[in-house]
Amino acid sequence: MKKNIKKILFVGLIIFLLIQLYQPARNNGFEQDITANFTKVYNVPKNIETILRTSCYDCHSNNTNYPWYSNIQPARFFMESHINEGKENLNFNEWGNYSGRKQKNKLDRIAKQIKSNEMPLASYTLIHKNATLSATQKKEVLDWINKIQNSL
Amino acid sequence: MKRLKMSIAAVLLLAVTYVKAQDGHDHNAMKMDNKKMDHSKMTMKSDAKAEAILSDYFNLKDALVNDDVKEAAQAGSKLIVSLKAFDRKTYENIQQLELIEIIEDATENAEHIVKSPIDHQREHFKTLSKDVTDLLAITGTANTLYEQFCPMYDKGSAWLSTSKEVKNPFYGSKMLKCGSVKKQIN
Repeated sequence: MKKNIKKILFVGLIIFLLIQLYQPARNNGFEQDITANFTKVYNVPKNIETILRTSCYDCHSNNTNYPWYSNIQPARFFMESHINEGKENLNFNEWGNYSGRKQKNKLDRIAKQIKSNEMPLASYTLIHKNATLSATQKKEVLDWINKIQNSL
Repeated sequence: MKRLKMSIAAVLLLAVTYVKAQDGHDHNAMKMDNKKMDHSKMTMKSDAKAEAILSDYFNLKDALVNDDVKEAAQAGSKLIVSLKAFDRKTYENIQQLELIEIIEDATENAEHIVKSPIDHQREHFKTLSKDVTDLLAITGTANTLYEQFCPMYDKGSAWLSTSKEVKNPFYGSKMLKCGSVKKQIN
């Protein structure tokens, strides 16, 4: 019996070590196409930009600020799939390449997701405490989006 | 004298055949133009691929009217297929650009409808309705449609229906009758 447990632990350890070999490419771009950036398209005020960068950009831009445990699998695996999905739905670095129709819809979606507390994701703010939006921050962002929407 | 007459006759004959040939040519060209125009008119009036998109859209709308998440998701995946099959090449260049944007946006909305709970499905149905309405403005349709409007949902939202009677896809059974006919298409 004891032998069996030892065996299972050993196999588990081997698997754990083996999956460490899987390290997909990191989401670290250099923001080269600056004109397509959300912040350039709308001339975003500094306070809004800071909120977006700390609360959204890890999954919705070409640059993720990776935590230390991102080096350990399978944490990395989950992170990467989240980032890919996030970028596919909304990428602030690609904003300028979106069609006018898409931009309008995305702005609307952003506002709705923030309003209903769906974004930032609870699983994300659990670890990234500073990404949690306070009531005032929420209002700041929503008011600003509203202003942009009315000017379009 | 006789030779002169002959050559005049020959020249006249030549001229007449030339003119006739020209005429015939022009005539042919005109016929071809006509054919082309008829063809484009036909696609304007009813593009089978656009009609397929509309039909999937209406199935989706009906599913939302019935508060049926599963059915809506299924209609959504069918819609993705018909959006993909749409051929914008038969339209003018300027329209193609808008069509690309419409199809792209509609596809994204449909994708979210496939994997979301009903509240989300309805949010995306609102933007999808705008996409389909804009698509319709370019492709046209053979059927009579009604643009309906609910002033309550999300600061006012429009959708399309094949029947005049209002059945609200944004509220379903909660407020089935909310809304009115804004416009008749065809």
